[in-house]
Amino acid sequence: MDEKTILSVENLNVKFRLRGETLHAIRDISLDVYKGESLAIVGESGSGKSVFTKTFLGLLDSNGFLDGGHIYFRPDPEDPDKTVDLASFTTEKEWLTIRGKQIAMIMQDPMTSLNPLKTIGAQIVETVLLHHKISKEEAHERAIHLLTDVGITEPERRAKQYPHEFSGGMRQRVVIAIALACGPRILICDEPTTALDVTIQAQILKLIRDLQKKYQLTTIYITHDLGVVANVADRIAVMYAGDIIEVAKCDELFYDPRHPYTWALLSSLPQLGVKGEDLYSIQGTPPSLHQEIHGDAFAPRNPYALNIDFIERPPFFEVTPTHKARTWLLDPRAPKVDPPHYIQKLAERRSRS
Amino acid sequence: MTTNKKDVLLDVRDLTVQFGSRRRPFTAVNHINFQIYRGETFGVVGESGSGKTTIGRAIIRINPTATGDIIYDGQKINGRISKALDKEVTRKIQMIFQDPMASLNERAKVDYIVAEGLLNLPKRLSKEERARIVSEALDSVGLLPEFASRFPHEFSGGQRQRIGVARAMVMGPEFIIADEPISALDVSIRAQVLNLMAKLQRERGLTYLFISHDLSVTRFICDRIAVVHKGVIVELAETEELFRHPLHPYTQALLSAIPMPDPERERHKVLKVYDPSVHDYSADTPSFQEIRPGHFIWANGKELKEYEQQFQS
Repeated sequence: MDEKTILSVENLNVKFRLRGETLHAIRDISLDVYKGESLAIVGESGSGKSVFTKTFLGLLDSNGFLDGGHIYFRPDPEDPDKTVDLASFTTEKEWLTIRGKQIAMIMQDPMTSLNPLKTIGAQIVETVLLHHKISKEEAHERAIHLLTDVGITEPERRAKQYPHEFSGGMRQRVVIAIALACGPRILICDEPTTALDVTIQAQILKLIRDLQKKYQLTTIYITHDLGVVANVADRIAVMYAGDIIEVAKCDELFYDPRHPYTWALLSSLPQLGVKGEDLYSIQGTPPSLHQEIHGDAFAPRNPYALNIDFIERPPFFEVTPTHKARTWLLDPRAPKVDPPHYIQKLAERRSRS
Repeated sequence: MTTNKKDVLLDVRDLTVQFGSRRRPFTAVNHINFQIYRGETFGVVGESGSGKTTIGRAIIRINPTATGDIIYDGQKINGRISKALDKEVTRKIQMIFQDPMASLNERAKVDYIVAEGLLNLPKRLSKEERARIVSEALDSVGLLPEFASRFPHEFSGGQRQRIGVARAMVMGPEFIIADEPISALDVSIRAQVLNLMAKLQRERGLTYLFISHDLSVTRFICDRIAVVHKGVIVELAETEELFRHPLHPYTQALLSAIPMPDPERERHKVLKVYDPSVHDYSADTPSFQEIRPGHFIWANGKELKEYEQQFQS
């Protein structure tokens, strides 16, 4: 684990027990998260992106378990040599030293993540008191301060109101305030804007970005929509069927994607579609994770699949030091394949600007 | 579509929808006017709470109207109408809903869900006929006929939305109200459902009213777009015209918020926030006016002049 890294995942495997069967949800993932960056994890529903980040917080459902692997975390900014392995945590007591204090999470739906019976102020105070030994008055002051930070006007009056008196966007701001209440170092945003309108979505993303600078947070976005992350992410990891198939800097991923699945995801965005023509859509369905997957999980849906894709799992091929992809197409022996024309158009647009 | 000869399928005139008690009514849709031409896809875009869904529900006779007329194919279909016409409207106008997880009856099998509308037809169909129509409908949306004997929970989100589409298609409708049909779906599944809707439109000459909060999707599939804000249509134009010359500040705010899969462009993006207080409607009241052929805007006299100047510059 080098100095810039705050969280390092090594060969993580997560399985679920389901009606007597085992489901292999996370298949041998390694990923480093750097201090202060914003990382986006993109994938379809069922790709395991939420499960993956839930392991950082010990929030797996009761039938889920880690089956090998390590999650190293640097808990103390003053002492860079100290690391803990989150994968070895077993008790709730251990998790409480991490959850909220070090790593906090914003859930998808602001409608359901607040308690409807308590005022907004009380819910923030509650979180503050849980982690800090300060008086109620101080905690209240802090709550007001947090509400101001997340852009809620008249915080004194608003703190006395209940969640139903807030709009969706405002509620998401409150949820962010609660997440920040204990001064976390990593903020995980699980689809922070899917339930919101486009205009509000843009505002919330901007807010998270501003707060990231102000509090020097490391942020991890989870989303299924590649269109949303272009302006928020420094790096992007694309997940498919429980595996990370491509990691790259934001520009590299949009202008020079290498994995056929990333091509497919980008091509199916309506923003890039041509009116009157069909949008590109991925054929077939993601594989069942109940069975062992051989080779590249995307191969059966991949028009560019090679024979070896069905037999052996591709390793990570390095495109640049910051860009790697798990596809046999990058092997020097592979035939040369041109990406679909949507992708080439995106790349052209860049060279023009 | 040729521009000189347009056949109006749906004409909404001065429509108002109110909720709540008669003494303190809440106006969800406020005196709106628009026309939908046969065979086109008409988009209604707005934030949640803008009344866009209410417009759709008023057309399909779920929400009663307070004022105005809804003329479908030359006949008034709102307010008190005959039972026969009511049945005809229900058959000709169908709806596709937003959340395929919530809009299908969990306890019914797919064949019942799809065939339910047929039970309401004046002519009783035999079991065999119904089964044939259902399997045709499933086939047309790309599902296998044997899915008819399964329950909704056995399907993925995209497949469920296809069932929702099949349920609408089985009635042989002319006009479909699609209320955020893809908002709840994954990006890759969105493409499939959009393609399916386009295919059905080509094959059957359907007319769509497409309700959405996402301008990027409406740009892709709609011929014309109406932007709704707080129950008022603030701007209405052909899609490309609207994207090239957005006049109303609210339209501009919506356009500026569209996320683009292009980091270079996103970095230079300026987010506009709409502030309704820029309008001074105290003396000069606004109305819905045609500023250019086919381009309507909600403005008062002074604003209209300003907007016209924008065109000249």
